[in-house]
Amino acid sequence: MNANGNLVEVKNLKKFFPVHTHFLSRAKVYVQAVVGVNLSIRRGETLGLVGESGCGKSTLGRLILRLEEPTEGQIFFENEDILQYDSQRLRLLRRQMQIIFQDPYSSLNPRKTVGSIIGEPLIIHHIGSKKEREERVLELMEVVGLRPEHMNRYPHEFSGGQRQRIGMARALALNPKLIIADEPVSALDVSIQAQVLNLLENLQKEFHLTFLFIAHDLSVVEHISDRVAVMHLGRIAELAKSEDLYRSPKHPYTQALLSANPVPDPALERKRTLLQGEVPSPIHPPSGCNFHTRCPYKFEPCPLEVPQFKEIEPHHWVACYLYGPNE
Amino acid sequence: MGTENHFLLKMRSLHTYFFTDEGVAKAVDGVDLELEDGGTIGLVGESGCGKTVTALSIMRLIPDPPGKIVQGEISFSGTDLLTLSEAEMRKIRGRFISMIFQEPMTSLNPVFQIGDQISEVLRLHEGMSRKEAWNRSIEMLKMVGIPAPERRVVEYPHQLSGGMRQRAMIAMALACSPKLMIADEPTTALDVTIQAQILELINRLQQEKGMSVILITHNLGVIAETARKVAVMYAGRIVEYTDVRSIFANPKHPYTQGLLKSIPRLDEHQGRKERLEAIPGLVPSLLDLPKGCKFSNRCKYVFERCVEEPPLIETGARHLVRCWLYE
Repeated sequence: MNANGNLVEVKNLKKFFPVHTHFLSRAKVYVQAVVGVNLSIRRGETLGLVGESGCGKSTLGRLILRLEEPTEGQIFFENEDILQYDSQRLRLLRRQMQIIFQDPYSSLNPRKTVGSIIGEPLIIHHIGSKKEREERVLELMEVVGLRPEHMNRYPHEFSGGQRQRIGMARALALNPKLIIADEPVSALDVSIQAQVLNLLENLQKEFHLTFLFIAHDLSVVEHISDRVAVMHLGRIAELAKSEDLYRSPKHPYTQALLSANPVPDPALERKRTLLQGEVPSPIHPPSGCNFHTRCPYKFEPCPLEVPQFKEIEPHHWVACYLYGPNE
Repeated sequence: MGTENHFLLKMRSLHTYFFTDEGVAKAVDGVDLELEDGGTIGLVGESGCGKTVTALSIMRLIPDPPGKIVQGEISFSGTDLLTLSEAEMRKIRGRFISMIFQEPMTSLNPVFQIGDQISEVLRLHEGMSRKEAWNRSIEMLKMVGIPAPERRVVEYPHQLSGGMRQRAMIAMALACSPKLMIADEPTTALDVTIQAQILELINRLQQEKGMSVILITHNLGVIAETARKVAVMYAGRIVEYTDVRSIFANPKHPYTQGLLKSIPRLDEHQGRKERLEAIPGLVPSLLDLPKGCKFSNRCKYVFERCVEEPPLIETGARHLVRCWLYE
């Protein structure tokens, strides 16, 4: 147990992907997917991570799981530097952190039965006898709302929502502490989305899970998260408690995202801040504050230097010169 | 231009079925629709409810086999589209009725330049020369808000971002100033800030050109922002039909109520909340629909009457509901 209650801590994390301009070239150009991220995930919380496509949120999730190796930076799990782990310790670590993927269609092996998919983590980590594994699989299926007779069926026989349940059962198989949910409900219909979100809430309570919930749908993220981090082009723009972010967004990008979100209430008259132009490329990000090219409040310091990520109110962090210069 | 009773499109009793080895899927099973000149109607529903098949039926793009429009009348500016030959329909598609699809990458031809694809529409329907059509294409790209259109016009779809491809598709759809535009989930694949721009574009163009729009989506927020009339579909039928304000302020069908309750609401600013009220169960397979009311097996108000399928019942000013609760 650590002193500050952080399950995961990420320090100055960077991930650059090389871009090869042609077959034989050595890459001189990089996709700057994650650029200097500092973040912590507290034990037992749901941390939401929002941003548009290409902002680096999925890459950040994968880095924490060491599904990608960082270019620079540190990752701590329960206060231990997991980048130092050899393959044996890493394998043990993998029991503690699991992932639920966005696409319920491509994340399940179509040639395996449901029972075999959910039981696979147990086999890989040599847990239990065959009988014990089968019992555990049935237990997990019940927990996620699948019927025992589904065990011998194949993924294609299920709907998207049911497949997502299979993915959740698989993620729970090893009793992990942390689950990274990467857009787990984006591909689902609205009414199924609600069922799956409720299920995630129940599972969190029952199994004392910590979630990193990655999504682009702001309403879903607000609903399920304790705290929310907003990412833009590889950097965190704002981090706050869920209700504070939505009631009082500080970063102009957060304000634009919230403003752009269509609200199911035609009677609501809203002043919308529409961002002009396209999302900049992560290969050639803008200088200084990477949002300045689309920011309605841009002024002199913005293109010059990256703004510091500062705590401007208790538990409310922003990287923006509107709230003061760098120290 | 149009009087109160001038309807651009009048659909009566549309039945579109798919004849498969496993049985007949009644994708659209008795749909009536009316669209005023210059009006916008939203077709809302989840996967499999029949909204896309309804749109494809209007365009006569139903693959035959296995699909077939077995019954109905679609009157467009006085002509029944279902009586036209394929050659006559080709004169209508792209010229009087246009459609934009959800996935811009799969509906734009990857091997032709954007300029060629827009020009094709103009040369085919308006008999323009190559040069005239090319210049007009550049104008269209400008109209839909693509910066530096003279540079973009020679590019291929893969060189454009998702938002720009969607704009290019809108440019193609509007090139001949159609009277009706059908937009099938036009923003679902796009980031929320780009979505806002595209919706604003559709609204603006509609007002400028007096065009009618059928907007198909499962996103109730999008409906609230663009539609004037709303039809909620379930299992191939319309279950509720009224103006957009009433749908949100006073939803009558239990399915509509369920949908509204299952969406996390961003505007309530409550941060993390407990549970969403999810509709239990799944959308039934079209090959295995319940007897009587198609929603009865998931409805919390189900009673004896529901073993018989209800008709659309009028409940106050133009608010139709397919539910015995309102008999």
